[in-house]
Amino acid sequence: MNIHAIRAIYRFEMSRTRRTLLQSVVSPVISTSLYFVVFGAAIGSRMTAINGVSYGAFIVPGLIMLSLLTQSISNASFGIYFPKFVGTIYEILSAPVSSTEIVAGYVGAAASKSIILGLIILATARLFVSFHIEHPLWMLAFLVLTALTFSLFGFIIGIWADNFEKLQLVPLLVVTPLTFLGGSFYSIHMLPPFWQKVTLFNPVVYLISGFRWSFYGASDVGVEISMGMTLVFLGLCLAIVWWIFRTGYRLKA
Amino acid sequence: MQPIISVRQLSKSYASGFQALKQINLDIQQGEIFALLGPNGAGKTSLISIICGIVNPSEGSVLADGHDVVRDYRAARAKIGLVPQELTTDAFETVWNTVSFSRGLFGKSPNPAHIQKVLKELSLWNKKDSKILTLSGGMKRRVMIAKALSHEPQILFLDEPTAGVDVELRRDMWTMVRALRATGVTIILTTHYIEEAEEMADRIGVIHKGELILVEDKAELMNKLGRKQLTLLLQTPLAGIPAALSDCPLELSADGKALVYTFDAQGEHTGIDVLLRRLGEAGIDFKDLQTRQSSLEDIFVSLVRDRA
Repeated sequence: MNIHAIRAIYRFEMSRTRRTLLQSVVSPVISTSLYFVVFGAAIGSRMTAINGVSYGAFIVPGLIMLSLLTQSISNASFGIYFPKFVGTIYEILSAPVSSTEIVAGYVGAAASKSIILGLIILATARLFVSFHIEHPLWMLAFLVLTALTFSLFGFIIGIWADNFEKLQLVPLLVVTPLTFLGGSFYSIHMLPPFWQKVTLFNPVVYLISGFRWSFYGASDVGVEISMGMTLVFLGLCLAIVWWIFRTGYRLKA
Repeated sequence: MQPIISVRQLSKSYASGFQALKQINLDIQQGEIFALLGPNGAGKTSLISIICGIVNPSEGSVLADGHDVVRDYRAARAKIGLVPQELTTDAFETVWNTVSFSRGLFGKSPNPAHIQKVLKELSLWNKKDSKILTLSGGMKRRVMIAKALSHEPQILFLDEPTAGVDVELRRDMWTMVRALRATGVTIILTTHYIEEAEEMADRIGVIHKGELILVEDKAELMNKLGRKQLTLLLQTPLAGIPAALSDCPLELSADGKALVYTFDAQGEHTGIDVLLRRLGEAGIDFKDLQTRQSSLEDIFVSLVRDRA
């Protein structure tokens, strides 16, 4: 195990975050705060409580998930895409590092960043609304697993993308809609019965539902199913990454 | 002694169908400076990329210090440092950080003293806290070399190290390469400048259209191929080579305005003095003269023609 290499990649990526602090930490915190102001305080005060939870508090887990997903993907995809784009990837490919170590460095750093961000947003939310966390350990488990899974997913996108447009394509056209329609701002029970069924095909529903359960003990789908689906998606991403390194897809000629 | 790099039956075909390397066999001995010559697209970079693990081989094998570069990549790559042709750097990092990063990546524990030594040797020490994007092209090239040396490799690949580099850096680089060799490091460099190979290398390999068409000791190669041409521009065009000079290796240009004399630059007697004297005796006046070393291109043409 080349621990030095993992550490080197991890630190390199984390220092990139420090260099781009405004973009990578401050801006998601500000945009999330705006959601709280608009949906939590302004509109939320006119909404009825959902499952006994005030609307402002109800959207907290959803908003954290929204940032977690988009940030994990953008951190990880950019982290691996950029060396490919400027050519510095040669050094990673010529170094005595295994694919596991490369993934551990890049995905570990991306996931760390989004976990830190998630916790910052959680703390920020406290300034706007009051809420409690019923199952803190489950909350952390969902936070970490989701950050890991979507950082892996971002890593895959970063390897697949061969131009900047593609890098933005999946997050914009797939992930953002799925997150907004995945129950960030509503309970899926509020939908007509037909759309409730359709929405079950959206993997993000399970993530948000499970995460919200860890806060308030109430969920759209069972927490076991949520955790199960999270693990399935994690496994799927791991399998794709394994395949990428085995075949050298978009990395080696 | 077992070679430090041993390439066997190595072939590479790209997905486009282009065959970059054809059945390459090559042994490189520890501590030598080996120059790989060839025109653009000959396969030099493909060969280096395979040895360093950036490109997968289609067939054949490569051993680096006895380790297979595919199966035992960890042990093999740890011994290799690579300075690629393109100036690709992390523009926003500082020199110190990017060189330290490389050391970690190659599995070595931090050693600020070594990094300091490398940076000083490459005259980068006063730039250590500068962001790479603020450096000149030559300085960036030095940074890339520092990165490659950060993990104390035993084998160093320099892919076109002096392309687009000023005279001073070229001299520095040559000095550095010799100093490294003195410590036992094996150096493989690619170039299309024959002077560079001549200046640096112990042995020279010539690669052309994916085939290694020649591997030879430098001195022998220079003897064989280091020919020079002296061109004399005549005052009055000649219809043919005068009978008095018919025993000299002279050629007359098509317009009759120039005489071309080919000689061996390495030889004891170039015969120029004799030629000029005899030209004077024959009453042939010339208004200008120039000499030209046979270029790598000429060498290729002659090598390929010889093989045909």
